[in-house]
Amino acid sequence: MPNGVETPTTGLIADNVIGFARALRVAGLPIGPDAVIDALNAMQLINIGNRADLFTTLESIFVKRHEHALIFAQAFDLFFRRAEGADNMLDSVPLPPEAKKPPPPASRRVQEAFAQSKNVESHEIEEKNIQLSVSDREVLQSRDFAQMSAEEVAEVTRAIAQMKLPQAELRTRRFAPDARGERLDLRRTLRGSLRTGGEIVKFQRLGRIDKPAPIVALLDISGSMTDYTRLFLQFLHAITDARKRVSVFLFGTRLTNVTRALRARDPDEALAACSSSVEDWAGGTRIATSLHNFNNLWGRRVLSQGAIVLLISDGLEREADSRLEFEMDRLHRSCRRLIWLNPLLRFEGFEAKAQGIKMMLPHVDEFRPVHNLNSMESLIAALSSPLTNRRLDSRSAA
Amino acid sequence: MNKVAANPASVDATLDLLTSRGYLAERALATVVYLALRMGRPLFLEGEAGVGKTEIAKVLSAALGRKLIRLQCYEGLDVAAAVYEWNSAAQMIAIRLAEASGETDREQLSADVFAEKYLIKRPLLQALEPDVAGPPVLLIDELDRADEAFEAYLLEILSDFQVSIPEFGTVKAPQPPIVIVTSNRTREIHDALKRRCLYHWVDYPSAERELAIVKSRVPNISAKLSQQVVGFVQALREQDLFKVPGVAETIDWATALTELDARSLTPQVVGDTLGALLKYQDDIGRMQGDALDKVIKEAVSDPSA
Repeated sequence: MPNGVETPTTGLIADNVIGFARALRVAGLPIGPDAVIDALNAMQLINIGNRADLFTTLESIFVKRHEHALIFAQAFDLFFRRAEGADNMLDSVPLPPEAKKPPPPASRRVQEAFAQSKNVESHEIEEKNIQLSVSDREVLQSRDFAQMSAEEVAEVTRAIAQMKLPQAELRTRRFAPDARGERLDLRRTLRGSLRTGGEIVKFQRLGRIDKPAPIVALLDISGSMTDYTRLFLQFLHAITDARKRVSVFLFGTRLTNVTRALRARDPDEALAACSSSVEDWAGGTRIATSLHNFNNLWGRRVLSQGAIVLLISDGLEREADSRLEFEMDRLHRSCRRLIWLNPLLRFEGFEAKAQGIKMMLPHVDEFRPVHNLNSMESLIAALSSPLTNRRLDSRSAA
Repeated sequence: MNKVAANPASVDATLDLLTSRGYLAERALATVVYLALRMGRPLFLEGEAGVGKTEIAKVLSAALGRKLIRLQCYEGLDVAAAVYEWNSAAQMIAIRLAEASGETDREQLSADVFAEKYLIKRPLLQALEPDVAGPPVLLIDELDRADEAFEAYLLEILSDFQVSIPEFGTVKAPQPPIVIVTSNRTREIHDALKRRCLYHWVDYPSAERELAIVKSRVPNISAKLSQQVVGFVQALREQDLFKVPGVAETIDWATALTELDARSLTPQVVGDTLGALLKYQDDIGRMQGDALDKVIKEAVSDPSA
């Protein structure tokens, strides 16, 4: 039933392509109407009898990220294998987890807001409420990040909002008009001189553009870190919100990139998206393996522009061996500055006795405590300090 | 309107065209190249370093007899280096001369000074100019190295094939150039730019194709050695390395081995030349002793060999 799409291709083909695009969209691929039109045009240029060509053609138009290639391939396989019965195709396309949208997670706050307005009269109801709040605390302590209470959100958001977010600036190689700049802007100078009949009254200048250095955070979410992870995630969400170039990775036994999940404006929504994309909350720690994965899969992609790395971990690694040292060394060498934030440092007289910590220490530029808002503020101060080269004596910075 | 004679008429013709110039492409790549040519769309090629992304543009320009205009991207690339710049010194002289001859008409002066002869054309502007041989091939290489601000600038050029110069006006290409954009994915390119292009991920070639590539690029290599070389490289790509070798490295290594008159792979000769394949000391360190012997054994006794 071709409705309104004017295309010389036969109705069935056009329907198929449109249906396929819809299926992909449901599966989470961002496909606009322009892409569908492109696809219909491209159909006329190739021999659609050739399955491989059809595949490549549609792929080159619908897939714009390498990560989507697998979803596309599966969807293509399903869709064009049984194109006759295209009616319930949408059901048969395997959906990635993010496509199955759960209801928005802010509801807990809304529920609480409503619950407070009710007048509690009978004891029965009161008791129920107490039970509810106890189990609530349990849920919170299990650190599932599913939802946060209104009180906590308010508290942390307020505290974080008060912080001055890091703006350590990096000189770029690009120029912009700047009255006190170092370079002469001949083009603007000339244009100005034409107004006075060729007389140069004022030299216009260009100065280098400064922009904040990218930040890459590697956050340990293993069992021993559970008391802190939520706070750090809040913090990272706040700085992701404020500046463009922040990448966040979570690791326990495996490494997960949650940068996109943290982009959601609402902190609840962001943390929920985070927790749903992570499979190993509060499990064990495999720092060496996680760092290895980061170095091999992401290092070149997110560290290439002089990034500052925040490694947030207690360094309690069970299998501390030479691999850990090797991966730390590589990480250290591929970033501008490696800052290790360790909540264990809050204890008086903390000594780096654990094997893992000993191995990691020689490879960081800075080692600081981070367990409360004060230490977070001092971290921010450190991030905002001018970006010089590595500080070598920083091991005693704590 | 797009009366360009040399454009291939089908996917197979595209494949033949590339092959005739020594580029042995997978059919999928030939398909997107064909589509890019027919639809007049930029082609965005992404993939690891050394899989032949840049080569495509060179081969296309040679095969179609078009001019190749290359813009190598780097951090800090700006309009003055990528699109155009005014020849300020010459303009300054022109103003002084006008003054000396008593010229006082400002409008006239402005028109004289911002004329085409003072415009220094950089690659992107050059690519929009008509060419007798047909629209040129514009290679925007390693876009991921330029910063985001430049990417945004490209949007206008890639969708409308035009550039606006405030003092001069808009320059529009009579026929869109053939645009190839490459990226090594050291950072993500914005979706807005990708949307304007056909996208293709260039992967490492299959053993069979890589063998054919080695044979065509290193003609005097023996059949046995070339098979072992490809077997070894393919096995190496299975290893857990920081940077696995691309096709370019395979060709380099095959050339090195033939220069050394190697007959077959031995731990000695492989160890000496491993630097042609692996570019990280850690990787080279890992591929030594038993690990190396194992991969060599695998490559030498490859059943397909």
